[in-house]
This record gives sequence, C-alpha cells and structure tokens, in this order.
Amino acid sequence: MKHTAKLKTGHPYISTTNACKLCKPLGACIAFRGIEGTMPFLHGSQGCATYMRRYIISHFREPIDIASSSLSEKHAVYGGGSNLKLGLNNSIDKYAPTAVGVATTCLTETIGDDVSMLLREWRVDADAECPNPEIPVVNVSTASYSGTHMEGFHAVVRETIAQVALTDAPIPPSQDEDVKIGIKPLNLMPGFVSTADLRHLRDVCEDFGLEPTILPDYSDTLDAPVMAEYEKLTSGGTSLQSIRQMPRAIASIEFGRVLSACGHTGGELLQEKADVPLYAMGMPIGVRESDRFFNTLSRLSDRPIPRRHDLERGRLLDAYADGHKYVFGKRAIVYGEEDLVVGLTAFLSEIGIQPVLCASGGSSGYLKDAIAAVTDGLLREAPQVRDDVDFFDIAQDALTLKPDFLIGNSKGYSFAREQGIPLIRVGFPIHDRMGGQRILHLGYRGSQNLFDLTVNAIIAKKQRDSPVGYGYI
Amino acid sequence: MEPTLLKGRETQIYRKGKEPFAIECDKQSLAGAVSQRACVFCGSRVVLYPIADALHLVHGPVGCAVYTWDIRGALSSGPELHRLSFSTDLQERDVIFGGEEKLKNALLELIERYQPNAAFVYSTCIVGIIGDNLDAICKQVEAITGIPVIPVQSEGFKGNKRAGYNAACRAMFRLVGTGDTSDISPYSINILGDFNLAGEIWIIRQYFEKMGVQVVANITGDGRVADISRSHGAALNVVQCSGATLDLAKMMQDTYGVPFERVSYFGVEDMAEALYKVARFFKEEPEILKRAQLVVREELSVLYPKLLEYRKDLEGKKAAIYVGGSFKAFSLVKAFRLLGMDVVMVGSQTGTKEDYQELQEITDEGTIIVDDSNPLELSSFLQEKDVDIFVGGVKERPIAYKLGLGFCDHNHERKEALEGFEGMLNFAREVHSTVMSPVWQFMPRRTGK
Ligand code: SF4
Repeated sequence: MKHTAKLKTGHPYISTTNACKLCKPLGACIAFRGIEGTMPFLHGSQGCATYMRRYIISHFREPIDIASSSLSEKHAVYGGGSNLKLGLNNSIDKYAPTAVGVATTCLTETIGDDVSMLLREWRVDADAECPNPEIPVVNVSTASYSGTHMEGFHAVVRETIAQVALTDAPIPPSQDEDVKIGIKPLNLMPGFVSTADLRHLRDVCEDFGLEPTILPDYSDTLDAPVMAEYEKLTSGGTSLQSIRQMPRAIASIEFGRVLSACGHTGGELLQEKADVPLYAMGMPIGVRESDRFFNTLSRLSDRPIPRRHDLERGRLLDAYADGHKYVFGKRAIVYGEEDLVVGLTAFLSEIGIQPVLCASGGSSGYLKDAIAAVTDGLLREAPQVRDDVDFFDIAQDALTLKPDFLIGNSKGYSFAREQGIPLIRVGFPIHDRMGGQRILHLGYRGSQNLFDLTVNAIIAKKQRDSPVGYGYI
Repeated sequence: MEPTLLKGRETQIYRKGKEPFAIECDKQSLAGAVSQRACVFCGSRVVLYPIADALHLVHGPVGCAVYTWDIRGALSSGPELHRLSFSTDLQERDVIFGGEEKLKNALLELIERYQPNAAFVYSTCIVGIIGDNLDAICKQVEAITGIPVIPVQSEGFKGNKRAGYNAACRAMFRLVGTGDTSDISPYSINILGDFNLAGEIWIIRQYFEKMGVQVVANITGDGRVADISRSHGAALNVVQCSGATLDLAKMMQDTYGVPFERVSYFGVEDMAEALYKVARFFKEEPEILKRAQLVVREELSVLYPKLLEYRKDLEGKKAAIYVGGSFKAFSLVKAFRLLGMDVVMVGSQTGTKEDYQELQEITDEGTIIVDDSNPLELSSFLQEKDVDIFVGGVKERPIAYKLGLGFCDHNHERKEALEGFEGMLNFAREVHSTVMSPVWQFMPRRTGK
C-alpha cells in the first residue's frame, strides 16, 4: 500500500503522517552541544533523551550524551523536582561539565514543573551533594507540543545570551588583549547549519580580520576526530568566556529571514541590552544572499573582500555560466527547516530553477514573505509556499507538480523512491549517506558545492534515462 | 582508568571470578546517568509496529512519532503501513482542552485513507497526564469503522521498556481468539518475538516449513492482523528473546492452553536446538525430527567450511556485547566462541536476575557483566579490556568508532540478516570485515597518536 494512494478527506482535523519537523527539545540538545563543556539535560522521562540521542547520532555519527531526569509515574504526580536535582548532581559528578543546559519536555511542561525555581532551590542546597555547585546552568522551556526543533534551537541561543552574557556580572576582560590589537570581535548566530558550514564561517570571518564568537558552534563536538581516550564531553564549542564577551562585540550577525521576522532573537537581546548593532540577513546561500553577508563583513571590518573569496565568487559565477543550460527551467521541490528552505530557494531561483513548492513543517507564518523576498526579480512565477505540512502533503503535491528533483533531508527518500524523483540531500537529518553532517551549504563555496550537486544530479538522471547513454556533456 | 561508576550503579556490575555472583537489575534508571534505555512507549512500539497491515497511530506530540519513523528494519512481504509515522501532533490547545476529539478525527481520517485491518493507538507521556480516555475513543471508532481499534497503554514514564512489552502483549491479546482456526494443522506453531529484521523471519519460516510444520502467525515480524486473530489455533508458541512477547505466550497458555517453548535463532547451536525443540514437541510425528536433522545437516555442511575460514583470522580476538535483551546475549557469547573469540564484557538494558546468572555461568573468568549501562561505563570497559569488536545498537556504535575499534550492529536497525544458519555466516562475515579492517592500525588507540 502506497501512502500516496488516497486523497485527504474533508475531516475537520488532519493528522500528521510522516512529519517534516522534529520536536523542540531535540533542537535544544544540538545547540547545547555547541557550547563548550555543556551537558544537555532533558527534564522529562528517559525515553525522549534516548530517542533524541539515537536520532542525532544517525546524522552526526558521533556520540552525544544527553542526561535525563528519568521521571517515573511518582514524579509525574508529585513533580519532578527531586529527580531533576539528583540527576544534575549525578551528571555533574560523572561528566564534570563546565555548564549544564536544561531543557524541558512535554511531560514536565504539562505537570507544571517550574524549572527556574527548582534550579534556585537546587543551588541553595546543592553544596552538600553537588561536586560543582557554582556551575552555570542555562535553562530553556521547550514544550514539544508547540513549534519545532528550530524553536528549541533558537531558544538555546537566546537564553544562553540572556543567562550567560547579559547578566549583571561585570564583563570579564578578554584573555590576551594585547595580542589581539586590531582584531575585531564579532558575534555570529548562524542557526542550524552543518559542521562544515560552521568551520567555513569561522575561516571567512578570520580572513576579514574579525574574531567571531559563533553561537552555537558544534563543529568540533559533533564532528570530532577519532580518539585514543574516550572524551566524556567532546571538546570544542563556544566557550563561556567568549559568550560573556558577546556584549563587547562590534556587531552581531544573525542568519534567518524567518527567524528575524519572528523576532525575540539572541541578536535582538544583545542590541537592546548591550547596544550591539544587529545585522539580520538570510542564510548566505547563492550569490545574492552570500553577497549580503560578505559585504557586511567587509563593512564591519573595513576591509575589501579578501582575494581568495573574491576568486571563489568569480569561480561560482563561472560555474553558473558553464552549467546554466542543464538546470534552466527545471522544477524543484524544496523542503525542510524554514530558514534553510528560504536559503535554498534563493539559490535555486538564481540559477534558473523553478522551485514549484517550498515546504516546511514549521509554521511561523513568515515563510511566504521570506520566499517572496529572496526570489524577487528572479522567477517568472512565484513558487507555491506551504508551511505546517508533513510528507504526506508534500508527496501529494509532488504527484501533480511533477518536479525534476527534490532538495531536502533524507526524510523525503521514501516518497522520492516511490515516485522515482531524484533527491539531493541537504540539511538535517541525513542518515542514509556518509558525510551528511559535513555538507557545505553556505557562502560562495557552499553554493558552489550545491551547484555541482544539483547539476550532477540532473545530468545523472539524464544519463540514466537516456536510451543511448553519453560520455561527454 | 578513571573510576566512572556512579554512586548507586555499583550493584549493577559484576566481574566474574571476584566475588560470588550478585547483580541488581530491573531498576528504574538513575537520573542523570545517561542510560541507553528508552521508555514504555518505545517498548510497545518495537513489538507492535511490524504488524504491517495495521495502522499505528501515536497519540502525543510529534516527537515520539518522528523518532520512531521507520527506524527499524522490520520487512513486510506485502502491505507496508507500518513504515509510516502517524501522529496526532498534539498542540498546546489540546494539552489544555484535551486531545480526544483530535484523536477520533485522526483515526477516522486515517482508517478511511488506508483501510487497515486494525488500528493500534499508542498513548505517550503527555496523554497520561492530560488524561484522554483512549479506551472510550477507540470503542467509538471501532463501532463506526468495524475494525479492531486497540489502545496501547504506553505512557513513557510509567516504567521502562519492559512495561511496554507487556502493554503490547495485552493489546495483541485482544486480537487473539477472534479468527477462524478450522484449517490449522496439528503440527503448527506461531513464531513469537521475531521482528523480521532484514527478512530474518523468512529464513526461519523456511526451515520450519521444510520440517513439515505449519507457521500460523508471525508475531510480529511481517505480521498480519488476521493471522494473529487465529493464532490460538496453533499447537505451539515458539518464543524468541527474553521479554518482548513472553507475556503474550503466557496469556495464550492460560486462556487457550497453547504451550510455549523459548528459543533463539542466533548462532549454530541455538538455531539447531530451536528446530529440535519444535520437532521434539511433535514427537508423535517422528518424521518431523528426521526432517529437522536433515535441514541442520544440509545447512551445516555448507556453513562450516566457510566459518572455519573466518575463524582462522579471528581466533583469540576479544569481543564486548551490549544489547537490549539478554537472551540475545547468550547466543552471541556462543557465536563468538564458535569463531574462536573471547567475550570479555557482556551486558543488556533489560536483563533479569536469572538471565545474568546464566550469563555468569557461560562466560569466562574476568568477564564484566553489566545491567542498564551508559556510555561512560561502556567506553571504560572497552578500553580496559582492549577489545577488538563491540556488538550493540545505534547508540553504541559511535562509542566504538570513536575509540577506533570494530563494531557489529546487532540491534533493531540492522540491515543484514543475522538469524539462522545463513545469518551466522553473515554475522561471521560482518565480524570479520570489521575486526580485520586495516583502518584500526591508524587509530590513535593503537598508534598513540
Ligand atoms: S514523550 Fe514520553 S512517550 Fe514520548 S518518547 Fe518521550 S518518554 Fe517516550
């Protein structure tokens, strides 16, 4: 039985079939692993933590330890406070983290545990039991019944800034002030991007003489080298020291057109509370969106775009010219996290591909406008934009839209296979290929990578379908 | 080695030879300990989900359903409804006003869309809190649609995976006894506790069929609602694995007088013994035993020479095992022995006292036996024992690879059939391909760099 066999009926409620989103605490756990020495801790029952670990492992192929307060029936009735405290003590004892990131789950949100209060109580009587009572704890509220994993992810960024960088404590001076003369600190909140993206962003900023604090940065923790000794918490990540310095940066850059439309971001907090100017922009995918990013860096650093990046841009345009015929007029379905969909759509439309459907399980309400903004002047026909959809919906639409390819995470695989549509894997999760965690999407270099992937997928299909086959293109 | 044991965990680890055997198990996981265990919902989902012509609707927020979407390789020879992920995707307003209406509409919609032969409705943590009346809704929908609509009481926090197995068995038991049994042979069995990962049940069924034994129902790999509903007509239940479907076998014994035998299909000895057990049960038909012997002989004559090839390379290498159910661990210990390898650590998420007792009897001196372990303990055991291969599931895999040692996936996600005689060969090949890979020579664990 194929799941596209029958159309939806007119019932007042439509269930979710093969969701195109994940739950909030999952996004929070990933973001917490981008902060140095931080142990993600889920306040809820054991299962969620285990499931999320499994899910994250399937993409990153890395150990990720998520502690849980392992609530049982008794706690569901009387409150989970005691186990939260016990669990904190245990995981601090064993993992010796430098910080703990506590995220709630649907269970603890519904039984009404007041985590901030519980944490204050725990601080007061922690001394006796807790090996490190002074340890910073960031807590976020992530009820999984509202929003997607992206809200959980961004909540960690915002709350870390609020609870670590914007406290009343005096800002510590940077460690080696004199060495860094002429180097300008910059805050960069790139959102949920790949580990390769994070590494590339750091290089780009440094090439401009900027010293970026990237929050979060899981490029080392979730894409680590093999080890001789097992590291309890893989090293790397944004240090607390640099997070505390974020209010002193010359500016903040935040990626995500949907994110900035939603507001209430970490960058906004820094702007309001510490006067750090905020540059909000789309994910730099494609020439137009990447130009915005590079030009901003150039302005902030007061330097021209470094030659190597200028050359990269030139090579990308050269590739656009070389390959434009293969892709022109091709029809694509793009799906995934809202901001990634916006970025990918920007890129596809500038190479002459018609995105026939831009879909996301998110439901911010801002997707449509963001898509309109990035496709402006590039498309002859506005793409269909649908948020709050699942893969049942997308597969249904694909039947009539007849796209040439899909671009999104591995979860589109089953219907891509059913309908015989090539799938270009980007984003999260990619669990049926090697290297999914290392795909570069951002900047001129990331766009180059996506361009080659896209053109080659189309050529491969042409070769496969060709009755004669051909060697040269 | 740093002591990585948490207070409260010491009693769940035993080193053979040191003291008289004692181990604690079946405890609630310790808070903050990063247990490898999942929840009640997970337990029942694992057991029921391979029933391929039933609808499996997860009543809860989206997470529980997405994390279990087609993550296990339970194959079906026909319908594939089980490979989809259905959720009521509860939202804030449902948490406040209740999700019953939504559940009912979702069920009606999905049943109309997919025409399943039954529907299972799983409750999750939040449903346990907001108190939706699953029973009532299921009854209503059953009356409207005419198919069995069965609630599975699997609120995540109400115990561990084992409690989920029980919930699943109770749910299935509602189907049992409702179908026609008139054409069932006196020499018939149900296969319980096999999930048809990578098509394993097809291998096992073929052995039984060669012996002249009819297989009435696969419970639950490649399972069908109609088969389960008439499974009480079988002469014997053959139950694999320690816990998942044992409760169902017991219920069927009590209510329908169907006896059961426990078996394992992993490894040569256990596989052969499984066939013989069934043959001995039908002793009034001695031909069955003869045919079983024939099957075993034929299979072994092909298998042994090939195994010996692998054994040459693997002799003396060290293995560690951490699996969900401990029954599987017994077979693995024997299978490694057959390959000439030493098992130096063995543990499980949900073993019972008797299971661990038996493990300590069949293992060598110095072997570490552990219940409900976690990554820190596991990684320290692996290093201490300097193992060559670790056997586990997805969550254990990165621990092995990060330390630069071989790994064999022996969990629900595996894509290679490891059961039966052919499975033993696959297992040997997989063990060989990971243990003998040259890549480990470059790892810092070995080179110090
Ligand atoms: S919410 Fe509860 S039922 Fe769902 S995965 Fe988490 S622990 Fe299991």
